[in-house]
Amino acid sequence: MDLRRHTAAALRDWPGAHPVGRLGGPVRKAAGEADSWEERQIRALGTLEGSGTLTTLSPGDTAGTQAFSHLPLRTDVDEAAARRSLRGQIARLERELAAMFTSAHPRQGLDWRVGSPGGPRLLGIGELEALRDDLAARLEDTRLALSDCTRVERGNVARIEQMVAEPERFKWVRISNADIGEPACKHWHSRPRFGLIGMLMGWWRVKISSGCP
Amino acid sequence: MEHALRAEFPGLALLHAEAAAPGRRSPRELRQRLRYLSDRVHGQHVLSMRREPIASAYRVFFRQIGIDPDQHRPPGEAAMLERLRAGWFRSRNIVDDALTVALVETGVAVRAFDADRIQGGLGLRISQAGERLGGAPNGFELPEGTIVIADERDSVGLVFGDTAAGRGVSGDTARIGLCAVRVEGVPDISVEEALWTCADILQPR
Repeated sequence: MDLRRHTAAALRDWPGAHPVGRLGGPVRKAAGEADSWEERQIRALGTLEGSGTLTTLSPGDTAGTQAFSHLPLRTDVDEAAARRSLRGQIARLERELAAMFTSAHPRQGLDWRVGSPGGPRLLGIGELEALRDDLAARLEDTRLALSDCTRVERGNVARIEQMVAEPERFKWVRISNADIGEPACKHWHSRPRFGLIGMLMGWWRVKISSGCP
Repeated sequence: MEHALRAEFPGLALLHAEAAAPGRRSPRELRQRLRYLSDRVHGQHVLSMRREPIASAYRVFFRQIGIDPDQHRPPGEAAMLERLRAGWFRSRNIVDDALTVALVETGVAVRAFDADRIQGGLGLRISQAGERLGGAPNGFELPEGTIVIADERDSVGLVFGDTAAGRGVSGDTARIGLCAVRVEGVPDISVEEALWTCADILQPR
């Protein structure tokens, strides 16, 4: 799951969001259409003009902003809140992954690895974001793999029921507990009664093993 | 604890206590206690351990500070896996056994230092540029931003990792400084119980 994409979608749906056209520009107003976002904001600002601190700018007027264009971009912003938020997301994803790990037992072959930037140290925003994305991706991949496993296991359970009902249709088929996502070594085996004679006579039955030795 | 670190990890704290250093060999009762704890641990318990609140809190903290908990296991998980591998909690010496008992019973890892080689109180802080572990010129150079356990002069160990050379408990140790890291999600009472358990075992009889 790409959380960045998810966040962008959430921001677009936010009621206070700036309306954006297909190519990222502001949306043009059609005749008779309600006021645009900019116009509403300008009108709101205009009501404060009496305070002497705000000036009304038209949407296309960039002269006012050009006066500040020579100033350097401010980079000394406090990122602590963003880091805390990312740590919260990492905690939630890690707990979900741990819960999935526990519920996945005894299934084998699932990949639980998530790379780490190395520590113990204070991670920067970029590292925390990358870690969050890796965890989210691993969680999604594992969830899909687990869902595939479950589908196959459900099929195997149905097959056991059919096998028990009509063993002669499933000659020599052997389904184990691992095939239905259960622990221990029990298995169901369709085999002939009395060996070769049963095989020739068509006397098939399902033998259920007693479990682990 | 350093203010910057407290601001980043509001639940993080280091609690410490002191104990006298007893002899090296574990008494019979302590070895019996370890055997009893060994019998209480089984595979299913270890498997579901990462969903338990304290183990999960340390696991999450490991992730948040850049350690992969599947590669470098949190102490609680590491002890349980070692129990499954070895078949029991092996008795080593009284200090290690006390730390193991506290860890298994509470889920909180306690660290032991030589209290006479600690200057002032212990705390957690972020390492400075060019700082070396233990302050020794031949010590391991810490990357900037490393979270360390430190006394008032130098770092004495990584928060969940190596102890600086000469700061650990040895045969010459007279007083032991015990400390445990509390992270968000771990109740104070569990950390205090871990320290109390250790101090109680190490108390001279």
